[in-house]
Amino acid sequence: MKQVVQAEEIRPPITHIGVIGWVKNNLFNGVFNSILTVVTLFLLWKVVPPFFRWAFIDSAWHTTSQACREAAGACWSIISMNYRFILFGFYPYEEQWRPLLSMLILFGLLFYSRDRSHWKKPLAYGWIIGLFTMGLLMKGGILGLPSVESTQWGGLPLTLLLAVFGLTAAYPLGVILALGRRSRMPGVKILCILYIEMIRGVPLISLLFMSSIIFPLFLPEGVTFNKILRAQVAIILFTAAYIAEVVRGGLQGMSRGQYEAAESIGLNYYLTMRLVILPQALKIVIPPTVSILISAFKDTSLVVIIALFDLLKTTQSVLSNPEWMGFSREAYVFVAILYFLGCFSMSNYSRKLEKELSRGD
Amino acid sequence: MNIEKKASEGQMIEFIDVHKWFGEFHVLQGINLSVDRQERIVICGPSGSGKSTLIRCINRLEEHQRGRIVVDGIELTNNIKNIEKIRAEVGMVFQHFNLFPHLTIVQNLSLGPIWVRKVPKKEAEETAMYYLEKVHIAEQARKFPGQLSGGQQQRVAIARSLCMNPKVMLFDEPTSALDPEMIKEVLDVMIELAQEGMTMIVVTHEMGFAKSVAHRVLFMDFGKIVEGNTPEEFFEHPQHERTKLFLSQILH
Repeated sequence: MKQVVQAEEIRPPITHIGVIGWVKNNLFNGVFNSILTVVTLFLLWKVVPPFFRWAFIDSAWHTTSQACREAAGACWSIISMNYRFILFGFYPYEEQWRPLLSMLILFGLLFYSRDRSHWKKPLAYGWIIGLFTMGLLMKGGILGLPSVESTQWGGLPLTLLLAVFGLTAAYPLGVILALGRRSRMPGVKILCILYIEMIRGVPLISLLFMSSIIFPLFLPEGVTFNKILRAQVAIILFTAAYIAEVVRGGLQGMSRGQYEAAESIGLNYYLTMRLVILPQALKIVIPPTVSILISAFKDTSLVVIIALFDLLKTTQSVLSNPEWMGFSREAYVFVAILYFLGCFSMSNYSRKLEKELSRGD
Repeated sequence: MNIEKKASEGQMIEFIDVHKWFGEFHVLQGINLSVDRQERIVICGPSGSGKSTLIRCINRLEEHQRGRIVVDGIELTNNIKNIEKIRAEVGMVFQHFNLFPHLTIVQNLSLGPIWVRKVPKKEAEETAMYYLEKVHIAEQARKFPGQLSGGQQQRVAIARSLCMNPKVMLFDEPTSALDPEMIKEVLDVMIELAQEGMTMIVVTHEMGFAKSVAHRVLFMDFGKIVEGNTPEEFFEHPQHERTKLFLSQILH
């Protein structure tokens, strides 16, 4: 009977398939890899259980700072007791529903925009109305909303504001600069090269300093620009220069034949770029572009040096409160998680986009 | 040799003492050529002889530096509007097809009509389907170029040019990048096109094609048109030594 069964379906030896086969092929194929596996397992055993204990078992979740100091594990109370300040900074306490609602609108719009089949006119209007509503909510001053000066804005809404506007404005500017750098018109070309090389040759911090300290010196007495706006412009200008170079790489990857085919059916420069060259070139450079966008998102935290209270700065402020001093581990873990969520969703989305756009290959 | 030519309102294409240099290299050395309406010309010659450059000058993919080129009554100058007008009237098929890989076949075909000729999208797609039928490939309309064989891609490229309803078709070695078994399907489409009276200038080494459809065969070497004659005369009684040598090398 047994023999009959074997004749009907011959299966690979048990050591080659299933869990055992997988373990053998992936963890213990060779002396070196076997040693690595054992060492890794040992390290994990040393690190993971204590961390788990610290973070979840011995931890204090919603207590006073006094109780926290007595707990053996993590003090998550620093987050739960101070989350309003960490998230919203000096925004008036009773009005904090306004930035919250703004952020929800933003998340809603971003989420809805994920699907490329939604990229139609109504979505554009949705964004215009959404951005307008967000601005109105944040600033107030009409419809019975008390006015909140932008100097009081802070925390997560500020980080998102700098990031979302910074990235969406920097991307098209970068594409234009890349096209300009490859232009046949010498004037345009030189201007773009100068711009890109000068901006790239300077750290973002010095651009932020320049925008907040040096730039106002050149303005006539009494004229001031909003500080957030100035930081925003510095971030846009900085990021655009990097995007320009990445896009230029993509443009150089395009074969001469694509230009010639487009020109030979009578497309002008603008249409050739828009319909033939850019859709292909920008697709090629999605991975490096997203790297730049991710690092630009994280770089928004540099605005602390011109005394804007972004997410990182509000967290640090809580830590400088004597009551909560010494719980920096927990606070920074929390902020790291927020930044990670932002960055990870960007890279996730870019992978999805790449997949969708690679249908033709 | 029955050269059927229509009573023409002037020449389709005229080259008058055209010169071009690539840096120091004198690639076109005084080309004089006039092409009638509905005339079909095959250009052959060794590589580097300037034959591709010659036809690429006609739609200004290359710029000539001396002499005059007149296409359908419009002289090619730096006037970008004129160049775009001429390009819309002159179809070109490339050695490497140069289809747009990010667009489907039917989008490849309707792109020019929609954006250059301002034809409504639906009408442009109908035209596209008509020409895809004509090159016997309509069933591939919704695919992407990367999913087609070389011969199919080249036929799509021919259809893409035809969608612009051109007055002249230029072919720059259309079969050189193809596997041998696919050459025939492309040549067949070109022969059908010839039978409909399209003005064609074809750079190719397919001498069978030249014999069956060309009104004139030109031989180019070192940037000059060495000789040009009807296919019968050209192949039976070549005048120049270089032509004889070239023919002996490619027809064994």
